[in-house]
Amino acid sequence: MAGKTKTRPMRALQVQPDPLIHARIRLGIVSALLAGETLSFGDLKRLVDTTDGNLSVHARKLEDAGYIECLKSFHNRTPRTEYRLTRTGRRALVDYLKQLEEILQLARGEDL
Amino acid sequence: MPFEQMPVRRESRSHQSQATEHLRFIREVMERSESFTAVPGWGMVAVGVSALPTAFIAARFTSDGLGDTFLGIWLADALVAIAIGVFTLRRKMRRSGVSLRTGPGRKYILSLAPPIIAGLLLTAALWRSGSTDTLPVLWLLLYGAGTITGGASSVRTIPILGVSFMALGVVALLLPQAWIHIVLAAGFGGLHIGFGLFIARNYGG
Repeated sequence: MAGKTKTRPMRALQVQPDPLIHARIRLGIVSALLAGETLSFGDLKRLVDTTDGNLSVHARKLEDAGYIECLKSFHNRTPRTEYRLTRTGRRALVDYLKQLEEILQLARGEDL
Repeated sequence: MPFEQMPVRRESRSHQSQATEHLRFIREVMERSESFTAVPGWGMVAVGVSALPTAFIAARFTSDGLGDTFLGIWLADALVAIAIGVFTLRRKMRRSGVSLRTGPGRKYILSLAPPIIAGLLLTAALWRSGSTDTLPVLWLLLYGAGTITGGASSVRTIPILGVSFMALGVVALLLPQAWIHIVLAAGFGGLHIGFGLFIARNYGG
């Protein structure tokens, strides 16, 4: 880049978002659980607006990472699946929010 | 696309809009999710418990059919129920760290309020014209309608409660008037207690 430009030198965004949370459905799951404490599979599916299969796959990834807990029980002989955000998941979402904030601040800084 | 190690100048716009979009998405999901806990189950139980003696008193002590005494007793109960509802809703929202003036709490109240206000105005109009016989049906139907609209973005339990109230309103239409106190006790008492317990147990109080 030759020197006639008046722009400031390029900087690099040192932001590496957590790939587990960055995916939209998984981001929806952890956000819903942050607000809703414990949610059933059906309610979570409705909140995130996805299919049974999709929710199962993404929830399993979050569960494997220790971000959410899956609680299985029987209610009047009907199996019930509920999810809860773990402390690790909560921390991961808070960190992710901080990253988004950082990106916005950097972008605003560029506008000045 | 991840926000990774990219030159800010070239990509900042897209990063900015993506970050903004993600934040908006998080907020929306959280708001929808908060609505799951906004409806106070224990408050509903308390409203139901207060309705049972009201129905008993109305049945026992009204000698003028569904006249002034009946109306007065149930209006007093409605005021108590509103106070309990507002108090427990506020308490539940505060516990979740959400203001009642924004998000799901506001949405719930704004959706529930119009049918309730319409019910109050129609109650006054019917009382003035002396046609109080249809009041219980009107109350059950409008409260049911309000609960359905108020709970539209909530857990499915809330609209089901609304449908149950409306169904009871239809039943009240078909039954002889002598049954009206039992129907009101079953609706404002029984349904509130039953659904309230379910919500309290499953949706955080």
